[in-house]
Amino acid sequence: MKISARLPSGPWRSPLRGPWLTSVFGLVLLIGIPVLFLTGLLSYAAYNPDLSPVNDKTPDKGLLGFYLFSWPTRPYWLYRVNQGVHVTLGIVLVPVLLAKLWSVVPKLFTLPPVRSVGHALDRLSLLLLVGGGIFEFLTGILNVQLDYIFPGSFYPLHFYGAWVFFGAVTAHVALRLGRTWRALRGRNVWAELRTSRTGTRPEPPDDSGLVSTHPAAPTMSRRGALGMVGLGSLALFVVTAGQSLGGPLRRTALLAPHGRSPGGGPGGFPVNKTAGYARIRARDVDDSWQLVVGGRDGARVTLSLDQLRRLPQHGAGLPIACVEGWSTENQHWEGVRLADLAGLVGYDTDPPGVFVESIQRGGAFRAAALRDNQVRDPRSLLALRVNGAVLTPDHGYPARIIVPNAPGVLNTKWVGRLTFGATTAGGHA
Amino acid sequence: MNGSEKPEAAEPEGAEPPVRRRRRTLAARFRGLYGESPWHLLTLLGCLAVCAYAAQRLLEYDWFEVAKWIVLGALVHDLVLVPLYAGADWLLGRALRRGRPVPQPVAGPGQDGAAGAERDTAVRVLNHLRVPAYLSLLLLLVYWPLVFQDAEPYAGATGLDPTVFLGRWLLITAVLFGLSALLFTLRSVVRPRRGRDAAPPPEGVSPDRPEAL
Repeated sequence: MKISARLPSGPWRSPLRGPWLTSVFGLVLLIGIPVLFLTGLLSYAAYNPDLSPVNDKTPDKGLLGFYLFSWPTRPYWLYRVNQGVHVTLGIVLVPVLLAKLWSVVPKLFTLPPVRSVGHALDRLSLLLLVGGGIFEFLTGILNVQLDYIFPGSFYPLHFYGAWVFFGAVTAHVALRLGRTWRALRGRNVWAELRTSRTGTRPEPPDDSGLVSTHPAAPTMSRRGALGMVGLGSLALFVVTAGQSLGGPLRRTALLAPHGRSPGGGPGGFPVNKTAGYARIRARDVDDSWQLVVGGRDGARVTLSLDQLRRLPQHGAGLPIACVEGWSTENQHWEGVRLADLAGLVGYDTDPPGVFVESIQRGGAFRAAALRDNQVRDPRSLLALRVNGAVLTPDHGYPARIIVPNAPGVLNTKWVGRLTFGATTAGGHA
Repeated sequence: MNGSEKPEAAEPEGAEPPVRRRRRTLAARFRGLYGESPWHLLTLLGCLAVCAYAAQRLLEYDWFEVAKWIVLGALVHDLVLVPLYAGADWLLGRALRRGRPVPQPVAGPGQDGAAGAERDTAVRVLNHLRVPAYLSLLLLLVYWPLVFQDAEPYAGATGLDPTVFLGRWLLITAVLFGLSALLFTLRSVVRPRRGRDAAPPPEGVSPDRPEAL
């Protein structure tokens, strides 16, 4: 190709760029991105989106909901671990993603820009790969910091974006895996890790378009570059992971949104939405508050807080785990079993699912549907107390749902109405 | 090693002139038209179909904005971040060399010792600035909404003070630069004259001067 020989070789002079380095970053992402994808799909299933329109932020998902299943209540910590891994790993992979993009930056300026129909399709898939990848990382990172500047609701953007990214990643892996594998085998990683800056040489010239044609002197070894990326991941892990680990480690998450607890005492653990934010007024939750329980054949029971307290009380040690990745260690909840409440309205055995409505005025999840397996779990409570004290306003006083292994937003706070056997407001199954 | 030689490897499949041999298999005919193998086309069509199915749903929501985010997302690293950080890095490197160009790659055995030492010092200073700056900017890149209080709902939703993050980030930055400076000093004091690399150089490479000479 004579044309490129005459063109200036461009500003890409790093002697470190080459198929081997790119392949190392690619290999890390090849392991990490499927974990992100799978934990994301699990989190999506955890909402039980096929159960009720109120749980489903993506009603036009079509075939993409093919794998949905009844989200289990055990192990109770699964959602907590799943989201901790999803969010923390996503953040920790940012430097690897950036390093991968840096390593292939000369390819953006390949000449000629399109060689053939196949090459054009390939470049289109790369646009979706890089654009889709950045889109997923960006929406996720913004959402966990409650910075809702992305164009629309987080759930559909992140979910459909993930499938666009998935398609592009699959193509990329299928078409490049062989080359990646050969590049990785072409250099001994241990020898590379023993090579200092002064011993660092460019990778041999090849057709990959990555190796600089006029490399500058190395100012860093390959092990230095790999170490720098790893150090970046470590730094992000240190300032982030504590918000998912909880306990005394929470305070190590210096830059994470939930690296602190609001206040101390029995209710001193993080909240997703405060009572003030949910516009709960004092008169909504004073002595006039009543719980309406609906059930079989229009059965209806109204209970005051005192009446609820006189029902059999049960305890459960369960965490709050948010889709945003933060979670709490187990809190000791006390209250009335959901199954017992179903028994009050005609479902003495095998209770169905329940439609839960909060008295909060705004917010995406002021109503939620729970499935029968969630109602039947003996640890599923309408909680009145936590850690030995009455619920604080921010934790849902006078009563909130707590269900093992459910995403935080399905543990509805400030509950006003429970309708067993229904999946929509006023509806019956 | 200075890049004047052209890569000798064959061009990727697509660049082969279509008229090479009279007798061609069906696959080769396909390759001539399409530029890649049939497997390439099948893979891409299959995967792009998944992308299209999801993208159709994704674009239901303000399609222009979403498309803008994806396209700009694909370009923002290469066209914005790379010029910024590579430019800053280049300027820093130039400043540390007081405007002189970067020396050529191979520090041969006959090279002037004093010049080599000076260059090593410049590179070491560069890296001891690079690493903390990179870590600090990386943390900022991920957590700028909190650091710059761009997340308007944060305080109301979580009940937490949103003003702490800027101070924390500055403190982390200061600690990172401080640690790097300390490490630089220790390295300069402890092993000023000894080669730090016991391992032999890679095959086919002439032995170098010790890094910290």
